Amino acid sequence: MPVDLELEAVLRPIQYPMVPYPPKVITLANGKKMVVRQAVREDVPEILKSVHPCLFIERDYYDIVSARLYGELLAWYRYRVKSEYCLMGQVDGFLVGVVNGRMENEKVGMSYHTLAIDRGLRIGSHLFAAKMEYHMEYLNQEEVLIVAESPIGFRRWMIEYPLEKTTIPHELGGGDSYRLTREIYFNAKPRLVVGDRPVPQELMDEATTAIKFADDDTIRERIAGLKGR
Amino acid sequence: MRDVAIIGVGMIPFGRRDEDTLMDMLAYASLKALDDARLGEKSVDAVYVANMGGGILQRQTAIASSLVDRLSLLPAAAETIENGPASGASAIKNGMLGIAAGFYETVLVVGGEKMREVTGWRATDFVASMTHPQAEYPYGITLPGMAGMFTRLGMEKHGVTREHLLAVSLKNQEMGTLNPYAHVEMALDRDGIFDSPHAVVNNPTSADPLHLYDLCPVSDGAAAIVLSSVDFAKKLGKPYAVIAGFGQATDTHTLAEREDPTDLKAVTLAAQQAFAMAKIKPADIDVGMWPNYTMPLPSSKSPRVNMSVFSRRGRAAKPPQPVRLVSVVRSRSTSPAA
Repeated sequence: MPVDLELEAVLRPIQYPMVPYPPKVITLANGKKMVVRQAVREDVPEILKSVHPCLFIERDYYDIVSARLYGELLAWYRYRVKSEYCLMGQVDGFLVGVVNGRMENEKVGMSYHTLAIDRGLRIGSHLFAAKMEYHMEYLNQEEVLIVAESPIGFRRWMIEYPLEKTTIPHELGGGDSYRLTREIYFNAKPRLVVGDRPVPQELMDEATTAIKFADDDTIRERIAGLKGR
Repeated sequence: MRDVAIIGVGMIPFGRRDEDTLMDMLAYASLKALDDARLGEKSVDAVYVANMGGGILQRQTAIASSLVDRLSLLPAAAETIENGPASGASAIKNGMLGIAAGFYETVLVVGGEKMREVTGWRATDFVASMTHPQAEYPYGITLPGMAGMFTRLGMEKHGVTREHLLAVSLKNQEMGTLNPYAHVEMALDRDGIFDSPHAVVNNPTSADPLHLYDLCPVSDGAAAIVLSSVDFAKKLGKPYAVIAGFGQATDTHTLAEREDPTDLKAVTLAAQQAFAMAKIKPADIDVGMWPNYTMPLPSSKSPRVNMSVFSRRGRAAKPPQPVRLVSVVRSRSTSPAA
């Protein structure tokens, strides 16, 4: 597709510099090691392969979250969103969860979405915590605005941290946003934010060599829990 | 009083069953049990449904009557038994009595709950409705909270430690991986839920000193059995089990009124009745299980003794010889053992 560079300069939003998120490893309840690391733009087409089957799962609003995440990642890949980042969790090289967000401005972060592709291991909680860690400790922002599409998300973020209610509308037209302040984050950190650094080299090699993906049926079963039926 | 046999069993996988109503689940489990009983076109004389939450969570009452019609078992007698978490054992007891007394020849007993229809805190509040409405509930007590206090007492009085609780968690989760009907089929790792500093997220405190994996999941599910007289069972020419004994006792409603909250007198009395009726002793038992919503709470000095359903090794392998089962089901105030 031909690109008019002059027009492209207008269409591309301003990008704030995004500092790197140092990878970490988390021991899950089943003993498996989850590597949490920052995706690069070139990872997006591969990540979307795991997001795609979730588009058709109604349970717990996976369809809405996945559709929005899909669009956000695509917008990042094709330079149509401001200052977006993406963190991902991998177990044995397999993608088990994705979180993303962006910088609204240098002081305020915007949490986008949290997608746990493997469930029952608090992967979503770990990855959301990593996202908040990135905003607060690496981007050094003062606050993060957050909304939840699902009751599970509401329980995990709004209640567990607990977040502060605002009247700032949801970026996509949903309910009002909640706010994570630095004070709330550092109070919650001892019970919600974990992970070891540096990641052992063999785990890092396994995660970075290739992003592995479960097949669509496996993803659907892990999310919807349709075992035995 | 005549002996009562279990001639059919049925169960559906437990979990989050968004696609099924409570009546769907009760019907599925019942049909499995009826198929297993091989009754053919013959109906049963009575249906007992064990359920605690239907009236509150689904706003449905007269559930047993509804199920009889749903299953085309008309004009079978229908009764719903609500006795807290002991509803299932109470329903079996009532079905058994109907046959033992000679009033009925065949009885379907089915229990089911659909608890994932509401949020976790509403489910917790619903279960807390079994606490004393003036002396306990208004003060915010929940069953997990009560279990936490019980466990703390057990730690102080009987030396129960986090290590003991951990061993039970790991064992229970491992058993779940072997059970295709289990809600959670995932083995846990000691490091992941206890030793690692990351366990603070994986296995957070739920009701101190109890943690997430010390508590049972909230599930949707149903299970059913078909009872008959032993004479009827013999005519079917298939394996059956005989209920060897049962017991039931009740303790004070408020825990504060109990002389020693860790001494579950109702459980002890119910078990004694069941053992006496079955003419066996605790020493005759090989394996035990104690169904409960959380960690077994010590009524003896060993935390291991309380997880108990028992089956006589060897007997089960020789159908149609009678199999002896003793199980202990505990609710807050009443404890049937069957």
